[in-house]
Amino acid sequence: MKFLTALVSPRGAVFLLLVILLVAVMVLNPNFAEPGQLMRYIQRVAPVAIVAIGQYFVIIAGEFDLSQGSLITAQVIVAGNLVAQDDARTVPVLCLMVVLGLVVGLVNGLLTTLLKVPSFIVTLGMMLALLGLVLWWTGGAATGNPADSFRQIGRGGIRDIPVLDFLPWSVLVLAAWLALGIWVTKRPLGKLLIAIGDNARATRYSGARDWWVTTRAFMISSLSATVSAVLLVGYAGVHPSVGRGYEFVAITAVVLGGVVLGGGRGWIVAAVAGAFVLEALFLLLNIAGVPSSLRDAVQGVIIIAAVAYSGLVFRSRRRGGAPQTPPSPGKEPDAPDGAEESSATQALAGEGAAPNNRS
Amino acid sequence: MKRIRVDSTVIVLGILILVIAVGAILVATVGRSFFSPGNIRDILTGMSVLGLVAIGQTLVILGASLDLSVTYVISLASLIAATTMNGNPANIPWAVTLTLIVCAAIGLANGLIVTVLKVNGFIATLGVGLILQGVLNTGFQGSAGSVPWAFQLIGATGVGPLPVSWIIMIALAAVVWFLLGRTRTGAHLFAVGGDPEVARLSGVRTKPPLIVAHVLCSVFAGLAGLLLASRLGVGSPTVGQQGGYALLSIAAVVLGGTLLMGGRGSVWGTIGGVAIFAVVDNVMSVMQVNPFLKDVVRGVVIVAAVAVYSRRAIVRRRTRFGPGGTRTGGDAPAEAAAPAMVAATQALEAEADAADGSASMQGGAR
Amino acid sequence: MRRSMKIATTAVALVGLFALAGCTTDPNVAPPDSSAEPSDDGGANEWFDQALFDTQMAQREVVPEGPEDEPYLQYIDAEMIDTSEYASTGPKKACFANASISNPWRQTGWITMNQQLEVLQEQGVISEMETRDAQDSDDTQIADIDYFISEGGCDVFLISPNSTAAMTPAVERACDTGKPVIVFDRGVETDCPVTFIHPIGGFAWGIDTAQFLIDNLEEGDKVVGLRILPGVDVLEQRWAAAEYMFEEAGIEAVDYFTGADPAEIKSIISDELAKGDVAGIWMDAGDGAVAAIEAFEDAGVDYPVMTGEDEMSFLRKWKETGLTGLAPVYSNFQWRTPLLAAQKIFAGEEIPKEWVLPQVPIEAGELDEWLEANDGMPDGHYAKFGGENLPGYPEVWQKRQIP
Repeated sequence: MKFLTALVSPRGAVFLLLVILLVAVMVLNPNFAEPGQLMRYIQRVAPVAIVAIGQYFVIIAGEFDLSQGSLITAQVIVAGNLVAQDDARTVPVLCLMVVLGLVVGLVNGLLTTLLKVPSFIVTLGMMLALLGLVLWWTGGAATGNPADSFRQIGRGGIRDIPVLDFLPWSVLVLAAWLALGIWVTKRPLGKLLIAIGDNARATRYSGARDWWVTTRAFMISSLSATVSAVLLVGYAGVHPSVGRGYEFVAITAVVLGGVVLGGGRGWIVAAVAGAFVLEALFLLLNIAGVPSSLRDAVQGVIIIAAVAYSGLVFRSRRRGGAPQTPPSPGKEPDAPDGAEESSATQALAGEGAAPNNRS
Repeated sequence: MKRIRVDSTVIVLGILILVIAVGAILVATVGRSFFSPGNIRDILTGMSVLGLVAIGQTLVILGASLDLSVTYVISLASLIAATTMNGNPANIPWAVTLTLIVCAAIGLANGLIVTVLKVNGFIATLGVGLILQGVLNTGFQGSAGSVPWAFQLIGATGVGPLPVSWIIMIALAAVVWFLLGRTRTGAHLFAVGGDPEVARLSGVRTKPPLIVAHVLCSVFAGLAGLLLASRLGVGSPTVGQQGGYALLSIAAVVLGGTLLMGGRGSVWGTIGGVAIFAVVDNVMSVMQVNPFLKDVVRGVVIVAAVAVYSRRAIVRRRTRFGPGGTRTGGDAPAEAAAPAMVAATQALEAEADAADGSASMQGGAR
Repeated sequence: MRRSMKIATTAVALVGLFALAGCTTDPNVAPPDSSAEPSDDGGANEWFDQALFDTQMAQREVVPEGPEDEPYLQYIDAEMIDTSEYASTGPKKACFANASISNPWRQTGWITMNQQLEVLQEQGVISEMETRDAQDSDDTQIADIDYFISEGGCDVFLISPNSTAAMTPAVERACDTGKPVIVFDRGVETDCPVTFIHPIGGFAWGIDTAQFLIDNLEEGDKVVGLRILPGVDVLEQRWAAAEYMFEEAGIEAVDYFTGADPAEIKSIISDELAKGDVAGIWMDAGDGAVAAIEAFEDAGVDYPVMTGEDEMSFLRKWKETGLTGLAPVYSNFQWRTPLLAAQKIFAGEEIPKEWVLPQVPIEAGELDEWLEANDGMPDGHYAKFGGENLPGYPEVWQKRQIP
């Protein structure tokens, strides 16, 4: 019973949605229930889920990272151009990509915290500048796909396993990255990020160096984009449109997972589940034969519905507690229900002033 | 409060003048004049469409929300207008009305999803944008409709070097400035955007201003779509996406000094931000900068310009009681009387001591 | 009590939203009836034009006139016009309003065009070419053309329109200046320009590719069509023709929009393979062809019969896998012709009013020869770029320096 309650709660709603979608897919296309197909599905989700993990850390700190998509494209092109067909270059180029990712995250973080430019603007500017620079360097198109050894990470896996049949490397990378992410959330860094997202000033007064904490969140985000790029080079190949729009997909996935834009609350596994939900939705639309022109509309409706539902249920479950006003773009314009039962109302009720703004 | 608001707008104007100066010099190096009528017209035309969208976006951002659906509203508006007009000047009034009604309805949907369903503005408008994209893909295949010559004139003519479309945009900016500064809805919008809980406790109804903001934002996007239809002569399902209006309008608004967290900002600052973009684009085109590098420059300009005044500590409340005294100088009489007060206090204490001295022999408590 | 009211309201609102998603909001526009399911039954395609289809079908068979080894100067079924009114000596200034260089095809053409410009500059025909890039925006390109008219001091206008209907008023304004206007690649809805340069056309592409697939497949086989974007006429016409022919031949054709994203392409193909057999792949442009082929490899099934484009990535993968393939072309060498046409106009020579360039697909037999000629070129290069006799060959294209 508790498990069922948990499923319907905002924390669990995304998992419920995921189960519903996957069941629908399997009903419409029994082929999909084969373990091989399931593994391929996870292989396809892996890059999106990894990016969502990165975006999760940035969002719980109350910021945005709009540059992830461009960073993926840039990294993919860098990999294509620098590795070329030379197997020996795989490892050095990987290291270079990691360094590049860390530098981009560092710049994003420093501009946001030290120059106090809103992260929306910093990462928007980085998105434009990064993509422009890379395209200018390569003349708009990559040289070509890099050597196979580099691409194996995203494309290959362990074959002929009993039961699972095929275990892509992407799945292992995703599992490892998720484990790493969960570990970070349990560490002081993770707790501090949530604290900053909730109330930045209090965190600063309690002695945390909030600029370094937030900057690390951006670095995690950029690193995630880099890992995702490595997988995409293998899965999709090198092309200037790889990775485009991933930041919006990541933000949508994270929000579907119940993380609040503006920060202060959210579970990382739910964010990853949000990514799975999105891909399952695309898969379902593909298999159900929904005309490609309508798919965007259906996606939009589901996103709004899912977020509205989890927000609604969350607020109706709150027992008292102070009203929450996260100081970042996109806070809800009206007070949560719980506040009405709390001290503010009682204080006013004493003077006979009835709150006149019920939803 | 007024002083701080003027500050950020003044800073934007300063940046604009700096950009114009640098641009004029750069343009002169390739042998053109920055201030020639053709160039001015190019810049002002470039300002018109983005300016209309950005005015609407300012309203929404003041309310601490966002509107990412403007791109698709623009495309849809251009299509509805062009197909309804169908080449016949007599259809123009009805076409314009219908377009704006549809856009207002979309804005209403946005506003309701944000306020009633309490979905964050980013997600709500992202979702609505996707729905509109689906509608556009399903309902239209390529450009459609035909705009009669009478309506095309709006996008094509000008008063000297000033395009009619630009004049209309400035006029509408003035209307919005009036709305924000002088009407109750405007004041409530600032309140709701600044701190919705405080607004609610102060008796401000928090839903209507934000809904009005979203409706107006979509209506302005509709106006931008109408302007584009006038310039293109047809409606196009991709004209919104071609311009990247959603993110650029948000960038222009923030560049203009409006806070993304809402509650503070100015329409004129936004117009300044739009002007900066237009000047930078114009200069880069005249100098035939590589298109890929143009994006790099845009990105750097956006971040750098916002950084100029973001570094100032954002004062959420002005000091009321402190070394500066109150803003209105209400305590000036009190200050003037201070020495007299001190003297009176000392006199009282002296009296009390004297009384004490005589009373202490009676052992009375104080 | 209040909570369940709220949930009820939400539910009603959501149902409303779902309903909204299912229908168009605009009562004034009649939606076309072709998008009921991904596999169009054809025939109801708005873009299909029988007259143009027949013309282009015939033009494919015509032997072009003009110099044998210079396909960019050849023309098919030309009606020549007299340009003596524009004849004049001295170097001229060209003004080029470019739609964009946002895809590898356009980038390759742009590099070629600049090398051609160098030749003409040396010959003293063109003094300079000022370019304004509209970055795929109609509104910007209109402003660009207006800027050229008022500030450019142009002797000739070269325009590659971003879209057909929207650019028409601006092109007419350019014509009104009295200077020659040359339009190429996509067209406009006016014939005021001196000449309109383009290869045979989208329907011819569709015919070539569909015919190839029909010849190599059997009735009832499934073909997956991968399309980049909706609404672009050069691309829509390709699919319109192919769809028409597939339906006539009994081939089951399904089409998807991919945005040229290789990850998307791979997902689509994988899903299709999961649903059943896929015998053929049809693409309306070469971007992402490699990803499509790799999807078959990953699924462990036989390669499909495939049509891509003359982009090097596809040609190389085609050779490597040995699949049955065809590379249609949208003659990249057309980027040389506008400047050469300007040269002819100022010399007072006759040129075709509608300059139809040859459009010959690369077949399996010629594959090796084209691969060898373009060895060392990047994957985003196009085999039929026509610039082998231009200065800077091959380094400029290999290094892919965008001017």
